[in-house]
Amino acid sequence: MTLKLFHWAAPQTFYHLAGKLWKPFAVLAAALAAVGLYMGFFVAPTDFQQGEGYRIIFVHVPASWMSMVIYLAMAFWAFLGFTFNTRLSGMMTQALAPTGALFTFLSLWTGALWGKPMWGTWWVWDARLTSELILFFLYMGYIALTSAIEDPRRADKAGGLLALVGAVNVPIIYFSVTWWNTLHQGASVSVTKGSSMAQTMLWAMLLMALAFWAYTIAMALYRVRSIILERERHTRWAQELAA
Amino acid sequence: MIWASWNDFWAMGGYGLYVWGSYAVVALGMLVEVWAAAQRHRQALQQVHEQLEEETDL
Repeated sequence: MTLKLFHWAAPQTFYHLAGKLWKPFAVLAAALAAVGLYMGFFVAPTDFQQGEGYRIIFVHVPASWMSMVIYLAMAFWAFLGFTFNTRLSGMMTQALAPTGALFTFLSLWTGALWGKPMWGTWWVWDARLTSELILFFLYMGYIALTSAIEDPRRADKAGGLLALVGAVNVPIIYFSVTWWNTLHQGASVSVTKGSSMAQTMLWAMLLMALAFWAYTIAMALYRVRSIILERERHTRWAQELAA
Repeated sequence: MIWASWNDFWAMGGYGLYVWGSYAVVALGMLVEVWAAAQRHRQALQQVHEQLEEETDL
């Protein structure tokens, strides 16, 4: 079992595996988003408090979830990299970062556009918003750091350390609404208390979250292939592939 | 049906700018990311090509 995993972790093998896998995930993402958007705009009812403005939730919450999930995934790959010293780990960490940065930006953007009509302000320096902004800086810092270091293995090590240390921020974001008195509302979905939303609203949001999840997997698998090629351009298999 | 007309749909009960401003930027962000990733892959393949030519020249 372990040997088999290490077999798949070889860049050459993983290149072909990722090449086969990214398309089904992209198709899945599009299909889930189509159903999710239909549910969100044509099935989910008008909110009794926020009218139609609440419909931002169907992108805001999934983007925010993914911004945290992707950072944790990066920390996970970084941890594997430090433990097993596999080359693929650093490549996966790097492949995830741009998508994570994008979702963090989208979370902040859609949050501002939701905050303006509901709170009367685009931005407040409360714990939830500030910690999410710090997450955005962590992503940008990771990308800047890894692209500034010439040697890929050293870039992986430095970046991996930032990914691991920065992961502390993720639970701070998640629990910020309970630990501090924030303008941001509490969780709409909770493992212990269930959901406070109408069923169709919840379904639309979960479908969009799954769509973003599939999108992330497709993007990471697609991007890791480019990273593998960039690093393996001296090897025979890569040259035969590009020839 | 929630919406009486398409105008009604686009207006989003007066929140149109905020709702569509959110969805438009999400769509745009994803399009740019997909484009950038495709671009990077083309460049990566190009790099392998150049490497191959360099080595065969020697």
